[in-house]
Amino acid sequence: MAPEDADQGLAQKIFYFHVPIALTAYACFGWGAYKALLLLWRKEERYDLESYVAVHQGTIFGALTLATGSIWAKASWGHWWLWSENQLVLFLVLFLFYSAYFMLRFSIEEGPRRANISAVYALFGIVLVPVSFLAIRLAENVIHPTVFTLDGPQMTGTMFFTFCVAWIAVTALAYALYRVELLGKRLDSNLRELREALTT
Amino acid sequence: MTYLADVATLARKDLRLELRARDTLPAMLLFVISTFVVFHFALPAGADEAAAQGLLWVALVFTALLGLARAWAPERESGALEGLTLAPCDRSAIWLGKSAAVFVFLTAIELVALPAFAAFFAPVDLSTVGGVLLANVGICAVGTLLAAMAAASRTRELILPLLFLPLAIPLVVGGVGASISEEAPRFLAFLGLYDAVFAILCWASFEYVVSE
Amino acid sequence: MSSGEKYLAAAYTIIFLTVLVYVAIIAAKLARLERETAELAALAQARRHEHG
Repeated sequence: MAPEDADQGLAQKIFYFHVPIALTAYACFGWGAYKALLLLWRKEERYDLESYVAVHQGTIFGALTLATGSIWAKASWGHWWLWSENQLVLFLVLFLFYSAYFMLRFSIEEGPRRANISAVYALFGIVLVPVSFLAIRLAENVIHPTVFTLDGPQMTGTMFFTFCVAWIAVTALAYALYRVELLGKRLDSNLRELREALTT
Repeated sequence: MTYLADVATLARKDLRLELRARDTLPAMLLFVISTFVVFHFALPAGADEAAAQGLLWVALVFTALLGLARAWAPERESGALEGLTLAPCDRSAIWLGKSAAVFVFLTAIELVALPAFAAFFAPVDLSTVGGVLLANVGICAVGTLLAAMAAASRTRELILPLLFLPLAIPLVVGGVGASISEEAPRFLAFLGLYDAVFAILCWASFEYVVSE
Repeated sequence: MSSGEKYLAAAYTIIFLTVLVYVAIIAAKLARLERETAELAALAQARRHEHG
């Protein structure tokens, strides 16, 4: 639909998905941190599951960001990874951080302790986003001078429209997946309670 | 005022324990020197001074990890963590006291490690020392809280590096930048920002990490 | 296909496969939940008959 970008050709179109996926991942992490804050503040159990599912979604979309970003880098510059691409490096750090979230969560027994610790960790994560971004920017300028970059196109009207459509689509997808996963997990826990009630 | 008094009491307790037991500090010291020697063999012949400065920070982060893994060990072994949380002092005081003690340990190690590094590899300038001190604050603040999280986990020492390293990356950037860049003040300021932001976050959230 | 097209197709494929795998996992989970509800419904029925 959108016109081909003069410089990068067809591969540039990956941008239309890569950036919305990245933005959605940030949104998921932010949503997870918000639910975590609510858990610590209001102490209602349901926030723990909501926070967890949001972080889970964010991690999946984060992995997709890395994958699509890597493909775009290979298509544009011939390298599977570019340390100079700040957003990719940031997502790598976040991916490591949130992967540790799952390792932490699954090594603690279910209960309020696990919920609290997961919530605190999710809050650390969202604070890490701007701090890491600053650090990566600083590192790039002084420690690793920039050689390659991926450029989002200077968007014309139709390109911007396509971008917005893609962004809305990805956000809607993430929200739908979030609701579905949450539903599945709540069903699971309700059934377990039911089973316990019926077999004692 | 009793808040600070509590913090001081807790920190002093840890320092006294370590002075008596003397198990963590010598281990950290030996570890950091051994790491330097490994670095010498790991760095290829033409490697420049900047690469060595970078490796200093790797050594510091991993030595800190070693110390942090044992940070809550006294409380864990005697079951005292539950007792401490029942005590009338503010939970965050526990974190502050422990972080202060770890900071003293880390700085003590660095008093030996930095001269050793200067002898082995490259001279250590004032901005590096400043960077080290500022980074220590961040390492101790964040590391102590993460170590408390790890103590609640089944996998304990195994998970602490996984939790700590992503959060340590900005510290490494700040530290290395302070060591090798001409714009050292910028990196020192960044370290200060990290310290402020994360110290406040740790201080506010520690009680949730140890509460039941 | 030009190499640009190949990479674009690869990106689309990865996204699609990820969503597909995700949906498949959820579908499997729903199937399990359905089985469990049927089991529990039978259990409840049996109980009701027991208590008359």
